[in-house]
Amino acid sequence: MMAQFSQFRLKGLVFLAIVVFALPLFISNPFHYGLATQIALIAGAVVGLNLLVGFAGQISLGHAGFFGIGAYFSAIMTSNYGWSAIPALVVGAIGVAIIAWTVGRPILRLKGHYLSMATLAVGFIIAIILNNERELTGGPDGMPMPAFDVFGWELSVFGQYSLFGMDISGDLAWYLFAGVILLAAVWLAQNLIDSPIGRALRSVHGSEVAASVVGVNTAKYKSLVFVISAVYASVMGALYGHFQGFITPSIASFDFSILLITMVVLGGMGSTIGVIIGAVVLELLPQVLADFQEMEMMLFGLILMLTMIFMPKGLLPTAANYLNKRRSKSAGGDA
Amino acid sequence: MFSEFLQYLFTGITIGATYALIALGFTLIYNASHVINFAQGEFLMIGGMATVSLTAMGVPMLLAIVLAVVLAGVLGIALQRLAIAPAKNADVVTLIIITIGASIFIRGLAQLVWGKEYHVMPNFSSEEPIQIFGAVLNSQSLWVLGVGAVLVAVLVYFFTRTLTGKAILATSMNKDAARLVGIRTQVVLMLAFMVSALLGSVAGIVVAPITFTSYDIGIILGLKGFVAAAIGGLGSGMGAVVGGLALGVVEAMAAGYLSSDYKDAVAFSMILVVLFFMPRGLFGAKVVERV
Amino acid sequence: MFKDITRRASKFAAIAAAGLLAMNVQAAEPIRIGSFLAVTGPASFLGDPELKTLEMYVEKINEEGGVLGRQLELVHYDDAGNASKARNFASRLIRSDRVDIIVGGSTTGATMAAVPMVEQAGIPFISLAGAVVITDPVKKWVFKTPQTDRMAAERVLTDMKERGLTKVGLISGTGGFGSSGREQTLAAASAMGGIEIVADETYGGSDTDMTAQLTNIRGTDGVQTILNFGFGQGPAIVTRNYSQLGIELPFYQSHGVASDSFLELAGNSAEGLRLPASPLLVPDSLPADDPQKPVVEAYKTEYEARWNSKVSTFGAYAYDGLMLAVEAIEKAGSTDKAAVRDALESIQGHVGVTGTFNMSPEDHNGLEAESFRILEVQDGSWKLIN
Repeated sequence: MMAQFSQFRLKGLVFLAIVVFALPLFISNPFHYGLATQIALIAGAVVGLNLLVGFAGQISLGHAGFFGIGAYFSAIMTSNYGWSAIPALVVGAIGVAIIAWTVGRPILRLKGHYLSMATLAVGFIIAIILNNERELTGGPDGMPMPAFDVFGWELSVFGQYSLFGMDISGDLAWYLFAGVILLAAVWLAQNLIDSPIGRALRSVHGSEVAASVVGVNTAKYKSLVFVISAVYASVMGALYGHFQGFITPSIASFDFSILLITMVVLGGMGSTIGVIIGAVVLELLPQVLADFQEMEMMLFGLILMLTMIFMPKGLLPTAANYLNKRRSKSAGGDA
Repeated sequence: MFSEFLQYLFTGITIGATYALIALGFTLIYNASHVINFAQGEFLMIGGMATVSLTAMGVPMLLAIVLAVVLAGVLGIALQRLAIAPAKNADVVTLIIITIGASIFIRGLAQLVWGKEYHVMPNFSSEEPIQIFGAVLNSQSLWVLGVGAVLVAVLVYFFTRTLTGKAILATSMNKDAARLVGIRTQVVLMLAFMVSALLGSVAGIVVAPITFTSYDIGIILGLKGFVAAAIGGLGSGMGAVVGGLALGVVEAMAAGYLSSDYKDAVAFSMILVVLFFMPRGLFGAKVVERV
Repeated sequence: MFKDITRRASKFAAIAAAGLLAMNVQAAEPIRIGSFLAVTGPASFLGDPELKTLEMYVEKINEEGGVLGRQLELVHYDDAGNASKARNFASRLIRSDRVDIIVGGSTTGATMAAVPMVEQAGIPFISLAGAVVITDPVKKWVFKTPQTDRMAAERVLTDMKERGLTKVGLISGTGGFGSSGREQTLAAASAMGGIEIVADETYGGSDTDMTAQLTNIRGTDGVQTILNFGFGQGPAIVTRNYSQLGIELPFYQSHGVASDSFLELAGNSAEGLRLPASPLLVPDSLPADDPQKPVVEAYKTEYEARWNSKVSTFGAYAYDGLMLAVEAIEKAGSTDKAAVRDALESIQGHVGVTGTFNMSPEDHNGLEAESFRILEVQDGSWKLIN
């Protein structure tokens, strides 16, 4: 059964790769590449959050805080101290891991809504610090961030690159880069899920008491997955900042935390491909609704509410369920 | 020195009383259904905005208040019937997202109907502040405290002396057992949402002269109410009141004595400290987890 | 089962891709003016009148025959004051909608997030946001219509000094406007000399009571006057707390509250406070020979007749932005981006509602601190002091 499981996951990854690399055949507008790049990076953070929410069953309402620290640490180090992008990203991620480990141990002892409350508080404190430390972060008006660089080679949306002999624009290059990052994020997450750690996590989700009775160190595994999901957010935050070229504290805000968790739940908790779909839908929706102007907020709320009422398991699991049922029905008819 | 302390205390208690009333609304719904209703702040907004817009249309103040409260109550019922009840088997986090969707929807609707401006509501009694030992107290603060105290008293009476109140409590303790003894749990849930909405809208109306009111006033006040409820211990009425007041006073003292930049951070750190030592808040019940 | 998901999802992806394609709009005949504004969200009191102004004047200009014989077309998006959204919409305007010029950016954060994109694409951009960083240092393609917050700070501090008030208690909002205003006030005070900031407090954008901060400032030794830098409903609450506490010190606000709706919110408490503002709030007090008088009066009358709501200083930023864009396009004789930019940079003596603009390669704002008038609230309305 385990082998089947992994095979299913592998197909998910292949499917995602096909979508990612086929997309440039359908779009050519740089604006759309920009949007797709953003979605891919945010989806990467959501895949990490899903490990915590979907597999360990712990709710975080403060994940944007880690996303924000990742982005701001990289921004400060690269623009003020002349660091290169990758060391900044790595050191930032290590810093976030330490922070997440430190706050995670006491927080994760909490149950249900108290856990949400504590993560919310941590997220808020981070956002307040980023907003107030004007000398360092530029305050509420934000700060610029240089292009992403690897060993002196720069990846800028405004650049021109060549790949396998083809000339590609900076926008497309960024998109492909973000796509590869997303695939790597998914691959790592899937490996984690199928590892012994993943099995321990799922047992925590099922019943924490039962898991600890049979000898699973629940506290350790919960902290570990909390740290992993925070590092996901931190790395994606740093890349997101490099891509945007300018960041403000809104990327660490409570609103953004809520958006991230909504992507997980809307797409389908526990389904890696599902939560990516959640990210795509929630990032594209405002672009589509922009034409409704005054009605935008109302429609967004309505769509969110109705989707969750009628598809409480999320978009992908509900769709899969529906198809399964239909197929078994038709199969039954044949017999 | 003392007058400054007193001033911070008055400020804190006024804000805190508002938080406490919102926290009570959270508590009520949490008790009946274990749902954290993120649309709680919107009841507050509906109370204030409907009163302001009705009085602007020439409806006498008192009637406007009654109509606004009724409107909020209807909205509370609608929220339970149309959004929560159909998804009753969903995960807790799914229910949270549904209430978030509902709050965005209600806010969007309010913005469409009432516009985006802030509105003033006059003080209920005098505009003149009251002087006490060199500190001043807005007369409206007394209304907030008074109405808050009355509401708490009514709620205590409701839950301990009336059949309906006891039915809500019973449902919260054990839904199946409650159903077995003949309590119609769906009706009880609907009632809990309605009472919570009434509570929220009354809070929204009494604080509007202090805070002003607008379509988006519910976001931050609702959030602070949730924080207060969690500090006090979800599900505890006493906890909601104490949590609200504590949060308000800590904010005001932090702004006065520490740093106004970091007063909210101080408040959020307080939650972490409280939860660190008391994982179920100040008054949260110690529940044995069933396996 | 997996096949079904694939089929289903690829269909979904195809639909999503088709949706993206459909967003492509072909370049059309009219002159396209792009805009992203904070029409909703906490800064909506900026974006809302700005959008209304753009809509009505684009309509009006079109009725009068357009610009260079071409009609104007307004393409606008609501960024809700969020920098990431602003960047996305700027990108959409430039690359998808292919607009000729951008007039927008209600907040400094939104403006600055769009700047790299604008500079790279080489498209004239007239920002409607206040902070000094937008045009200092000068950026080739970026202009702005409001006076800088530095000018506001200088204007207020000068007025204080003239009244012999040299010890200032500062209170500011933690939002972009208040935070940048605070920094500029501190900088201006140390640059001017002879005036000192003795207290420095802040409040959050959605705080509902600022009594504690004001009590602190009042308790500071030697404080002679208080300045509040912020916008939204916060300053109105500060004003009411100020009067409830019975503070007798002269009180100043920033141009962030220069609108009649502030007077409505603050009520009697606003009596006696001063602030720097555009002459739009006091058109009748302007002397008949003031060149701005006819422009200001016309804008006020037209706006209030069209929207049945009070005119605001912020809407005027959009008016000036649009009119500068129109003048530049007319001067350039085409919508060629470089020509329009050069024309913008050479505009002299353009009389707007906010002030008289004299652009130059060193100054992409073109206003003087003196274009701010000091107003005082007397008997519930604005009075021109100087």
